[in-house]
Amino acid sequence: MNDALGGVQTVLVLGGTSELALATLAALDLRPGAQVALAGRDEPALAAITVPTSGGGSATVIPLHWDAAHAASGPAVVAAATEALGDIDLVLVAAGILGDQARAEADVNHAVDILSINLVGVAAAMLPAAERLRVQGHGMIVVFSSVAGLRARRANYVYGASKAGLDALAEGVQSSLAGSGARVLVVRPGFVRTKMTAHLADAPFATTPDVVGAAVAEAVRKGREAIHVPRLLGPVFAGFRLLPRPIFRKLPG
Amino acid sequence: MSSELLTGWGMTAASRADVSRPASREQVLAALDAARCSGRGVIARGLGRAYGDAAQNAGGTVIDLTSLDRVHHFDAGDGSPDPSITVDAGISLDALMRMLVPLGFFVPVTPGTRYVTVGGAIASDIHGKNHHVEGSFSQHVTELALLLPSGEVRVLRPDDDSGAAFWATAGGMGLTGIVLSATIRLLPIESSYLRVDTERASDLGDCMSRMSSRDDEYRYSVAWIDSLATGSSMGRAVLTRGDHATVAELPAKRRGSPLAYSPSPKLMAPPWVPEGLLRTSTVRMFNEVWFRKAPRQHTGYESIPFFFHPLDGVLEWNRIYGRPGFIQYQFAVPLNAEETVHEALGRLSAARCPSFLTVLKRFGPANPGPLSFPQPGWTLTVDVPAALPGLGPLLDGLDQVVVAAGGRIYLSKDSRLRPDLLGAMYPRLGEWQQVRAGLDPDGVLHSDLSRRLGLT
Repeated sequence: MNDALGGVQTVLVLGGTSELALATLAALDLRPGAQVALAGRDEPALAAITVPTSGGGSATVIPLHWDAAHAASGPAVVAAATEALGDIDLVLVAAGILGDQARAEADVNHAVDILSINLVGVAAAMLPAAERLRVQGHGMIVVFSSVAGLRARRANYVYGASKAGLDALAEGVQSSLAGSGARVLVVRPGFVRTKMTAHLADAPFATTPDVVGAAVAEAVRKGREAIHVPRLLGPVFAGFRLLPRPIFRKLPG
Repeated sequence: MSSELLTGWGMTAASRADVSRPASREQVLAALDAARCSGRGVIARGLGRAYGDAAQNAGGTVIDLTSLDRVHHFDAGDGSPDPSITVDAGISLDALMRMLVPLGFFVPVTPGTRYVTVGGAIASDIHGKNHHVEGSFSQHVTELALLLPSGEVRVLRPDDDSGAAFWATAGGMGLTGIVLSATIRLLPIESSYLRVDTERASDLGDCMSRMSSRDDEYRYSVAWIDSLATGSSMGRAVLTRGDHATVAELPAKRRGSPLAYSPSPKLMAPPWVPEGLLRTSTVRMFNEVWFRKAPRQHTGYESIPFFFHPLDGVLEWNRIYGRPGFIQYQFAVPLNAEETVHEALGRLSAARCPSFLTVLKRFGPANPGPLSFPQPGWTLTVDVPAALPGLGPLLDGLDQVVVAAGGRIYLSKDSRLRPDLLGAMYPRLGEWQQVRAGLDPDGVLHSDLSRRLGLT
């Protein structure tokens, strides 16, 4: 159950090796006895992950097999998590690939991969998770969207399109869950230095997984509905969305 | 049946449930039948004054019993046994007092609010300022009717074959069944006033020694503590102790209608309150004034609402903490654990915890209820805004100190306890679970509290 201070006892992570999700778990300062189901492709790697708790030990980690590239595995992973955890207090939706924009333009299969993993595959697990939370009458879904979805840029618009779709889906689920006791937090980070972006040069406002994790954990505790990390990206992208196209195109990247 | 977001009085951790408001026993049974198949279980709810999640049931059914509020039988006890009243569980202590005080009777135990139901009073085994001499509410219940999840109604008494089920229900957080009605012993009173001795205590030690030495001379006793005072005045307090005034004791002008009783709320909390209204600075100011305005030593006459239920004068006062809500943290430790009270208060004041409602009380003997909260010793209660930074670790730390001293926290106020400490706080938990399993073999009764703590 969620407690009065926004604490959670059970967590399902969709994308269990995601650096942002793991940083969030660490920042949540889970208590001893917490149970965390990590869903992803690489079960041995998931099983080796430790999630620190406030007592100094580790939460109980339950690895679950899930491949976002196979939409059919979405409902199954939510069922498995429900079986293992009972009520799910928190769902972190953190799976996704950055892909390669140039390759996506040359090879449509790669573009399809980005879209099917980041949007279709994630949706196929997120939607049943939302229904589970509706039934149990409480809980929170954190959706890792991206500012890349707020206005498509030349440099990463396939990834951006997948995140725009996910963001719209998240906002829709948020509205649909209003009054259900379950809630949705949409997280829109900017450029985060992770293994996913290691080959890229820093973009403006670059940040780290720890900063994102701390911001998400605080937003979970406070029951916020949407955050940008860093916070300044909120107004910046609100401005970008209003920029006339000819000017927007002249911006770098 | 309507779908509603529910919280406790602390307004934290909302969850959704199907709320049913039966107006008769038959309708209670029908609601229970419907809930039995849902898989998310059922819990009874009264006036929602439990601070935490005891009367919530996320995704399941909550049966609001406040429409079941009839009086079945009243016995003024002329000559015969004690005066008593038999009522539906949904009746409030407020309604009972309005009815009984003008007739010269008082409820055996009242908490700091009249807006609790008799069913809730039993499920929480509530205590009041008279615990040190008269024990908790359930000790004045001579009989109750409990609706089991199976649909069977059992009559339970504290001292016959049904005693185990009775005492599992007293303080059982509604998880043994739904209390439908109860017979309560009443206290005859001559007037609706209390003769109250007020005194100031310069620090916590002074306060505790005053309570230890003379509490037993009073039916009612409680100390308000300035939680923000530090250093040599840490724990400075205003001690108020008294008893129901006899007509002869009353000042002449009040002797005309000694049982007059008009407990109307005077104020309503504003609909919107800025976050952080209750911050350290404002509470420090309030505490300073409250302490200074109390006489050093004084005997006076106070009305029942003024003495017992000052906060009931402001409707919906819980909203003053703003959207994040608040936590009422209450623990009890044994008599020899004075040091623990010092330690806890020290930590709270060091954390500049802005509590304007900090109360210290001496408990008398415990009753046989395995989950009943009161145990002989000290109980400290603080109100804390849930948004206070660092509150989680602070209270987790206090839990450890309390457990180490052989103490416990009050489940009716809990909304954040670490589940693995429950067994140490309530060593007879296993015994309770066994009795409970006999009453609810299919595990139909659930609450957010029971899920969060793994109670059942």
